Amino acid sequence: MSTENTKNETKLAGVIGFFKGPADTLKAMEKVRDARWENYDSFTPFPIHGMDEAMGLRRSILPWFTFLGGLAGATIGFSLQYWTSAIDWPLIVGGKPMNSWPAFVPVMFELTILLAGLSTVFGMFALNRLPNTKKAAFDPSITRDRFAIVIGPKEGTSKGSSDEKPFDASEAESFLKSLGAQEVKPVYDEGWF
Amino acid sequence: MATTADQYAPESLVEGGKSYADVNEDISKPVENFPTKKWWVCFLTAVFAFLIGATLAAQMFMQGLGVLGLNQPNGWGTFIVTFVFWVGIGHAGTLISAILFLFRQKWRTAINRSAEAMTIFAVMTALLFPLIHTGRPWYAAFWLIPYPNQRQLWVNFRSPLLWDVFAVGTYFTISLLFWYIGLIPDLASLRDRAKNRIRKLLYTFLSMGWRGSNKNWSHYEVAYMLLAGLSTPLVLSVHSVVSFDFAVSNLAGWHTTIFPPYFVAGAIFSGFAMVVTLLVIMREVFNLKAYITLNHLEKMNKIILATGMMVGYAYCCEFFIAWYSGSAFERFVFIQRAFGEYWWAYWIMFSCNVFIPQIFWIKRMRRHIGVMFVISLFVNIGMWFERYVIVVTSLNQDFLPSSWALYIPTWFDWGIVFGSFGFFFIWFLLFVRALPSLAMAEVKGVMETGNEH
Repeated sequence: MSTENTKNETKLAGVIGFFKGPADTLKAMEKVRDARWENYDSFTPFPIHGMDEAMGLRRSILPWFTFLGGLAGATIGFSLQYWTSAIDWPLIVGGKPMNSWPAFVPVMFELTILLAGLSTVFGMFALNRLPNTKKAAFDPSITRDRFAIVIGPKEGTSKGSSDEKPFDASEAESFLKSLGAQEVKPVYDEGWF
Repeated sequence: MATTADQYAPESLVEGGKSYADVNEDISKPVENFPTKKWWVCFLTAVFAFLIGATLAAQMFMQGLGVLGLNQPNGWGTFIVTFVFWVGIGHAGTLISAILFLFRQKWRTAINRSAEAMTIFAVMTALLFPLIHTGRPWYAAFWLIPYPNQRQLWVNFRSPLLWDVFAVGTYFTISLLFWYIGLIPDLASLRDRAKNRIRKLLYTFLSMGWRGSNKNWSHYEVAYMLLAGLSTPLVLSVHSVVSFDFAVSNLAGWHTTIFPPYFVAGAIFSGFAMVVTLLVIMREVFNLKAYITLNHLEKMNKIILATGMMVGYAYCCEFFIAWYSGSAFERFVFIQRAFGEYWWAYWIMFSCNVFIPQIFWIKRMRRHIGVMFVISLFVNIGMWFERYVIVVTSLNQDFLPSSWALYIPTWFDWGIVFGSFGFFFIWFLLFVRALPSLAMAEVKGVMETGNEH
């Protein structure tokens, strides 16, 4: 437990503003996007329809993971069955040819689904940096019923492009207040334990 | 502002003017309190039932399969019947979680979590049976999977029995992942509520440190949709492949092309009946009536009515084709099914699955808790007997009259089948103790609180 760490020593993660509900959060987010802050995100108990557009997020690349996983599944499915049935141990079953591909379709299908599903799940974990062991929740009420927007400094060492608005705590605080945030406060990077 | 979905869902999905915080409170409470007496009574009954089955199974492994009612030509009995029964039960969960999701049926949010849990436990229960029916499960588990081995043999990829291994195995894996993905935001809710340190630690691990960031929701929602899209053809394939176990053989009564759609309809039918059975109890015991409303139950009863008539159509169609095909063997088997030695099983099946659900044409009956509970039990009994009719009446009179024999299950058959219900309920009861039994994040997403857009 890092309780001996005082808040001032830990890194400032940004400024959090709480909004009344999904609709207010969405409207505020559009303004945050248009103001071109260098790093911002919303934290909500459930996904809000339209938030991706409001944040200016690009479409997730996850379907590519699924597609490649499915392709691998189909290929492995056919190769495994062809190799075992026609090459490694050719055995006539039911008078069928060695490469009796129609009989291989069910297993190919199941392996396609299996690998597509697995790559979807683990692809999602990778894109979302899950399991997230380093960054604790900003506020326990977010998973209950509160809707928040966090404006913060850009993560990592990369410099933001010149047309982006650099993070400034007091400026972000007043900006969130002007958008109608009910409560605004600074948040810090903390671990779970 | 009214959305398009509102026009199709005039009634509110959550009753009693609940707030988002109420959802957390109501659904997390049973998980956080000490188990009630009711729960312990149910749990110990389930454990007792399981122990009966396990004891009989242990004795069966020591003495051999001769203790069962199996003989020549009845090589398949109650174990295969029960396997198909439990796999079928699972199908409703995937239908609710995946297919209703793709069709934007918002009412599914109240029932999908428990229905998916039911799927997983039903498939786990089902998987016991192909293993124990071999009599030597410690071999069966190794012989089913293709890998380089000492025996230098591969599995037979042209056999539907092997397709089944892949179909049910994939189904279990994907259902489990889909269920877990859905659980992550709710586990985060439980984590943020937790006061006890060990509890907090446990739910932090299980929720993978989920914070509800929209950058995460964005990928999460795509993953959820893709999994729904993958599960839909998967669930239809699973019972189709199970039906191939029968349909690909040459036995009269099994060798029919109607089997895949007929099995899938029957699976959804029996699965929904099981969901109704479980939810009627669950909403009562955990006081979830504001979330699992009569509207939800009525919708499920409509699906039971519709799929019940689909299986009714399949029963009649099979009979018609048996006559129309001109195949003497086919005709004989079907006449024997309805009027032969096993007439009682056939008519239990027909009454429970086709006649009794017709009560659901009456709106008052569809919305009556007692009526729907009793009907759902009848449907489950009827669907078990459907598989009994399919397996036994085709096998017991094959092409060679000299080998005909009746199949009479023994106490071992019945006891082990009974034990499987114990196994299923042990898991289900542990689930309602340890995990949120309603998808909280999803329910919040369909609530009307005055600030949705």
